[in-house]
Amino acid sequence: MLAFTLRRLLQAIGVMLAVGVIAFAMFRFAGDPVNQMVSIDTSAAQRAEIRHSLGLDDPVLVQFGRYFINALQFKFGVSYQFRLPVSSLLAERLPATLELAICATVLAMVAGILMGVYSALRRDTILARLFQAISLIGISLPTFLIGILLIYLFAVTLGWLPSFGRGEVVKLGWWSTGLLTVSGWKAIIMPAITLGLFQMTLIMRLVRAEMLEVLRTDYIRFARARGLTTRAIHFGHALKNTLVPVITVAGLQFGSVIAFSIITETVFQWPGMGLLFVQAVQNVDIPIMAAYLLMVSLIFVTINLVVDILYTVVDPRLRSTVSRAT
Amino acid sequence: MTQPVLSVRNLEVEFVTRRATLRAINGVSFDIAKGEVLGVVGESGAGKSVTGLAVIGLIDPPGRIAAGEIELSGTRIDHLPLEEIRRVRGKRIGMIFQDPLTSLNPLYRIGDQIIETIRTHTSLSESAARRRAIDLLAEVGIPAPEKRIDGYPHEFSGGMRQRVVIALAICAEPELIIADEPTTALDVSVQAQIIALIKRLGRDHGTAVMLVTHDMGVIAETCDRVAVMYSGRIAEIGPVQEVVRNPLHPYARGLMGAIPTLAGEDKRLVQIPGSMPRLSAIPPGCPFNPRCAFAFDRCRVERPEPIRQGTQSVACHLFEPAKETAA
Amino acid sequence: MSDAVVPHRSEDHPQAPAGWFKRALDSDIFYSFRRSRLTMVAAVITLLFFLLAIFASWLAVQNPFDPAQLQLINSRIAPLWTADGQSPFLLGTDEQGRDVLSAILFGLRISLAVGVAGVVFAGALGIALGLVAGYFGGAVDSVIMRIADVQLTFPAILIALLVNGVAKSLLGNRLDEMSTLGVLIIAIGLSFWVQYARTVRGSVMVEKNKDYVAAAQLIGLPAPKILLRHVLPNTMGPILVIATINLALAIITEATLSFLGAGMPDTMPSLGTLIRIGNNYLFAGEWWIVAFPGIALAGLILSINLLGDWLRDALNPKLR
Repeated sequence: MLAFTLRRLLQAIGVMLAVGVIAFAMFRFAGDPVNQMVSIDTSAAQRAEIRHSLGLDDPVLVQFGRYFINALQFKFGVSYQFRLPVSSLLAERLPATLELAICATVLAMVAGILMGVYSALRRDTILARLFQAISLIGISLPTFLIGILLIYLFAVTLGWLPSFGRGEVVKLGWWSTGLLTVSGWKAIIMPAITLGLFQMTLIMRLVRAEMLEVLRTDYIRFARARGLTTRAIHFGHALKNTLVPVITVAGLQFGSVIAFSIITETVFQWPGMGLLFVQAVQNVDIPIMAAYLLMVSLIFVTINLVVDILYTVVDPRLRSTVSRAT
Repeated sequence: MTQPVLSVRNLEVEFVTRRATLRAINGVSFDIAKGEVLGVVGESGAGKSVTGLAVIGLIDPPGRIAAGEIELSGTRIDHLPLEEIRRVRGKRIGMIFQDPLTSLNPLYRIGDQIIETIRTHTSLSESAARRRAIDLLAEVGIPAPEKRIDGYPHEFSGGMRQRVVIALAICAEPELIIADEPTTALDVSVQAQIIALIKRLGRDHGTAVMLVTHDMGVIAETCDRVAVMYSGRIAEIGPVQEVVRNPLHPYARGLMGAIPTLAGEDKRLVQIPGSMPRLSAIPPGCPFNPRCAFAFDRCRVERPEPIRQGTQSVACHLFEPAKETAA
Repeated sequence: MSDAVVPHRSEDHPQAPAGWFKRALDSDIFYSFRRSRLTMVAAVITLLFFLLAIFASWLAVQNPFDPAQLQLINSRIAPLWTADGQSPFLLGTDEQGRDVLSAILFGLRISLAVGVAGVVFAGALGIALGLVAGYFGGAVDSVIMRIADVQLTFPAILIALLVNGVAKSLLGNRLDEMSTLGVLIIAIGLSFWVQYARTVRGSVMVEKNKDYVAAAQLIGLPAPKILLRHVLPNTMGPILVIATINLALAIITEATLSFLGAGMPDTMPSLGTLIRIGNNYLFAGEWWIVAFPGIALAGLILSINLLGDWLRDALNPKLR
């Protein structure tokens, strides 16, 4: 178990290193920091001086090492647009994105599993067909269209919910939360639905497919031959076996939720990291892009690691092969 | 004569596909008495497994029982409401499937699976059920059952898992055990032990056993009576010594001729030419007629009904009491 | 079940009629196609969208990309059937006096072009890398598949946005409409190659060790040729399914990039750009500028997804 965790940890560090190289390459070669800092009439000598003061004339490996060490301390340079340290910009916006992503994921998990189980067990009912239709629409409608539709319905036409922003936020240390105020809750409803809908359909389809697959297995047939009640078979045996892969996917999806929040945050002008990133892409603010890539990768890799380890806890077969490997 | 534990009459099972309705079982009748072991043999696709599944009510759509009656100790169990047939399964009929590796839920401890089954069918408390589960594991020959009860299926070998499966099948003391090729997936060395175990349990508890297999050796060694199936019908049924020593149906003769014996040194093994027809292409008349060396005109037109021949019963026109005799 | 009672679905043709066409008509795929009315509708709508895109120049009342044809006097006209409607603007106009219907037709053309080209690019890249990884194995294989694993955890939209941002930064002002189109295709291609590579690699690995490959090598046929001729055709079914579903995803990705302002510019709008522009007028009550491009986009993606779903089920009955 320990060796397994260590091996996974090493892999994760490897991935982060690779992403770090990409981020550095973007930072160093895609956007020349000097050009962003000087005006047209700066002399070549002055440019060279700035270049030297920034260490841009050092060997590439040295520069990478420096970038790497800075990144470890969450120093990602200065944003071209805002003239502020990227790390403080990101830190300021992290709570908004995480709160949105967590609400969306919880929503997607609960609704997706319920709908998936129902449509696997009652395949031919009208409700199951309705769920299938919803899932197809959820996959087919681009996120931003769903957001626009919701805004038009609930903000423009009915005027029930705010169309943008987080509402009132409360500061808890450096963390700002919108979940302690009524306006904050009202503000998060539509973004969370918009962001969660795609994951929900994904989870629902996965649960349905897995459950149907599990219901066909020999051990379910044997459970039926043993005369267990339908409820015990469906919700004891089948559901538990279904949820193992679902946990993995849902966990891995949390990373995508954070990345997809780019779109939702743009539609709802949600002041999170995604909105910052989109503005950075539009304005070619490379330090923010590179830092966002690193941050999101870190979150992804951490989640992957946690899910892998959780997986072995849930599935006894893996647990023993893993411990045997040690 | 006492009432048989299981009595099947004119059973027909159909599978409805979009191109045709396929008849997997076509007019099968047999009885199993208390404490008796009935072997069911035949090639793959002869309908052995489907017969077993039909008895326990596990034929799933698109399959269905189209006709016939199944009685368990005098009460009809075909077409019971779902909840009632569920109470029969596991409690009055135990089932053992072919592959012990996939029969157990990998995520549950074997003890939990046994206790769950016991508590479904009895009013035992959790702790009483656990004690019973340990006894059962001991009875099926699992060493150190009080320790192994908390193991997961993947921690057991194939043979041990099949013992667990058997423990699960007998945990509510059923009247009938259906064992569907219980040894096919196991090592040869383990097969004999499992067969011996099933036989012993049947004897000790007076349980009737329906043993589905394609292994004539297992049949000869274990069973009291044997039914030879071909294309969804019983070609021949009778006491095992009679059928093995003196098979009547040409197909049964071929089947018995295909068993290697230690005694018959230089006798060539007999092969039956051709292969069993697919369900979608069963010939009219006797389904065996295209492969039968003795087939005559009537075999190609008329379906033979079972005919009594001493203790055996054979579905072949050759044994028509009147004029026709063996060619 | 040990006794195979249910015969294989396609095995029991009563008597297969002669001829390829008749056989196709009798096939299970065509049967499931005819049985599903929804799929037929989806196929017709998809075809219609492609035709609209191809013949956009003939169908549109103006060329929305040509500023000379746009007149500000015609700006923000409501659809024809409303009180303020004006001919010939069936679906109304936007603030630049651009006919919404014409813009949709031309935007559809861009969305489909980027989608199809992106999928083709991703497919070519993925198939090539999959063949290489599966055939050579070893270090090459593990490097390619490692990259695939890592990339798979990153959503396509993030990769496409990054590629787009980097391209913007490298090209600067030289980035005109046509090169934006190219950047989008590359960005989408680079985001979607993994699935093809995995599928192809998997079948190469399986086929590579089969006897016929060894036999063919024995009589002197080069192995790559064997693999191309025998392995690729076998994977065409799954690849077609992936491509269909990816076409929908690629169109969504392009529309999303354009919506986020990282895709097609206002001067040459795709459906996503039109929705971004229209979104600004939603609060002013000019719903038609965003609604019709949105409906077109949703309809297009839904039809393609329905086709993809059906194709997947028809080619792989086990999944049902």
